[in-house]
Amino acid sequence: MQAPIEYYLVLSAVLFAIGVAGVVIRRDVIVILMSIELMLNAVNLTFIAFSRFMGSVEGQVIVFFVMTVAAAEAVVGLAIVISVFRFRQTLDPRDMQLLKW
Amino acid sequence: MIVFFILAFLTLLFSLLVVTQRNVVHSAMALAATLFVMAVLFLTLDAPMLGVLQILVYAGAIMILILFVIMLLNPLSIEARPAAWWMLGSLGAAALCLQLAALVHRPAVSAEAAVPASFGGPESIAQSLFTDFALPFGLASVLLLVAIIGAVALAQRQR
Amino acid sequence: MIVDLAIVAVKAFLVLFMVLNLAGILGWVERKGSALIQDRIGANRASIFGFAGMGLVNTLIADPIKMLTKEDFIPAHGDRLMHTLAPCLALFPALVTFAVIPFGDVLVVGGREINLQVANLNIGILYIFAMASLSVYGIVIGAWASNNKFSLLGGVRGAAQMVSYEIAMGLSVIGIVIVYGTLEPQAMVRAQGELFWGWLPAWGVVRQPLAFLLFFTAAVAETKRLPFDAPEGESEIVAGYHVEYSGGKFLMFFAGEFAEVVTAAGLVTTLFFGGWQVPYLLRDGFYFPWGSVVSLAPLTVTILQVAAFTVKVLFFCWLQIILRWTLPRFRYDQIMRLGWKMLLPAALVNLFLTAAWIVVRRPV
Repeated sequence: MQAPIEYYLVLSAVLFAIGVAGVVIRRDVIVILMSIELMLNAVNLTFIAFSRFMGSVEGQVIVFFVMTVAAAEAVVGLAIVISVFRFRQTLDPRDMQLLKW
Repeated sequence: MIVFFILAFLTLLFSLLVVTQRNVVHSAMALAATLFVMAVLFLTLDAPMLGVLQILVYAGAIMILILFVIMLLNPLSIEARPAAWWMLGSLGAAALCLQLAALVHRPAVSAEAAVPASFGGPESIAQSLFTDFALPFGLASVLLLVAIIGAVALAQRQR
Repeated sequence: MIVDLAIVAVKAFLVLFMVLNLAGILGWVERKGSALIQDRIGANRASIFGFAGMGLVNTLIADPIKMLTKEDFIPAHGDRLMHTLAPCLALFPALVTFAVIPFGDVLVVGGREINLQVANLNIGILYIFAMASLSVYGIVIGAWASNNKFSLLGGVRGAAQMVSYEIAMGLSVIGIVIVYGTLEPQAMVRAQGELFWGWLPAWGVVRQPLAFLLFFTAAVAETKRLPFDAPEGESEIVAGYHVEYSGGKFLMFFAGEFAEVVTAAGLVTTLFFGGWQVPYLLRDGFYFPWGSVVSLAPLTVTILQVAAFTVKVLFFCWLQIILRWTLPRFRYDQIMRLGWKMLLPAALVNLFLTAAWIVVRRPV
């Protein structure tokens, strides 16, 4: 038997919250990037659940685009991490606040 | 139903590990496992194409890239855990969680819609992608090109 | 219902059994092949009551016993959990990929249709690539968990190499996918039963010769064997990502490598060499182009098909082993240049030409 849509939505909400917690709590840029991926995935789950329950394939197409954007985001994010690490030898976001007033 | 609960439990377990593991590589592997289990969740929602793409793109490409960067930089530092900060962050996340869960109390749809057998297969997605979403598709490929150039420009050693 | 489940279980077991045993036998073929090429006799010492079986006893019995009874060593400050997980991650993708490779046509027994393929997915090709992309984890994690600089170097090299060649591999297959218009391996093999000009089997290699060369090169690179064994590189980084592995875990890496060889051979056969197709063999017998017909029972036809598939797979396994002992190792920058500056553009050109040909031939 298929689980009702609420279950998927709650799971997605919890996942999203875990991702947010990761971004807030962690002090490692790479883990923060990974938490963002987690949040994107939570949203993907919502899209796919709605796509199934409303019987329209558009939700899945949107997830396809989310994946594209996630890939682009990860690539650019990691390139920034590499170049920052090269200059400052650190992955801690607290050491990257020169532009903060 | 039982399948859903098992998968949901695994997803939550691994995603919690992503946030709580102090070793970066452990976090990354936990995230890879989360993504893999979520791909199976997608399969239960009649999205086989996206389930496989999820493994291919997320677990196979993005996570490998992240692991590659971790190994390249090899930071080898175990993060400290300031208790107060963790408490605050967890409380905030729990509050957000409750708020989001309250929203799904009355969803717009309740019963599953009837769908053809080919739902979520390559044909149905391609049909939608290359007709209704042709322009976003083109834009997405331009976005990827820009990301490639940007990444090369950023990560290149200055001469 | 139960019978269906039992059939699936039997098929899955058979395929696993065949792939794992073939991997073991390939170990023996590799030793004997290398001996042949280097003008030696090869493994022939271990024997049971004087029976050495041309070294079979050595490879199939003595070697596994030796490895399984060795100390399972985990380096100090290594990561115990990840060190144990890595060999499993290396073996798993190679084994599960074979699930979508068809080894025979649909067999009808007592009114029940048995598809000679473990899982018939309509996204089979994508599934293969998804699983292939997971095989990087074993190397990277094993390399990192060993806490060894040589390992780490091997792991970084391996990750870069496999990610690079995956792209060329995927792009070269897209040409084939366009030609057959399906992502389903069984349907692809069926389409390869057609004939060109009444006599030439329309195998993938005939329709897409360039794609075959690119795919085979990339597949060899994915197995991390010579000439693409920079991740291991015995003479420069000792043994790369599995320096710190011994005993059963090393055996798993070893078996994983040979299972990858078998899987690569199976893929090349399915995509480019007609899978289980025997030229001119239809469902009820041979129909030769010069007009003669030999009728055969359906079961005979199935046996012939499975045998043809096996022979083709064995041929490509053998080819990979001969390649491994014939070619020297590429330097790391040469591997990268070959992947990105030759295979990738060639695959793109092939894809473009194929797409153009399809558009010209079948106007919408």
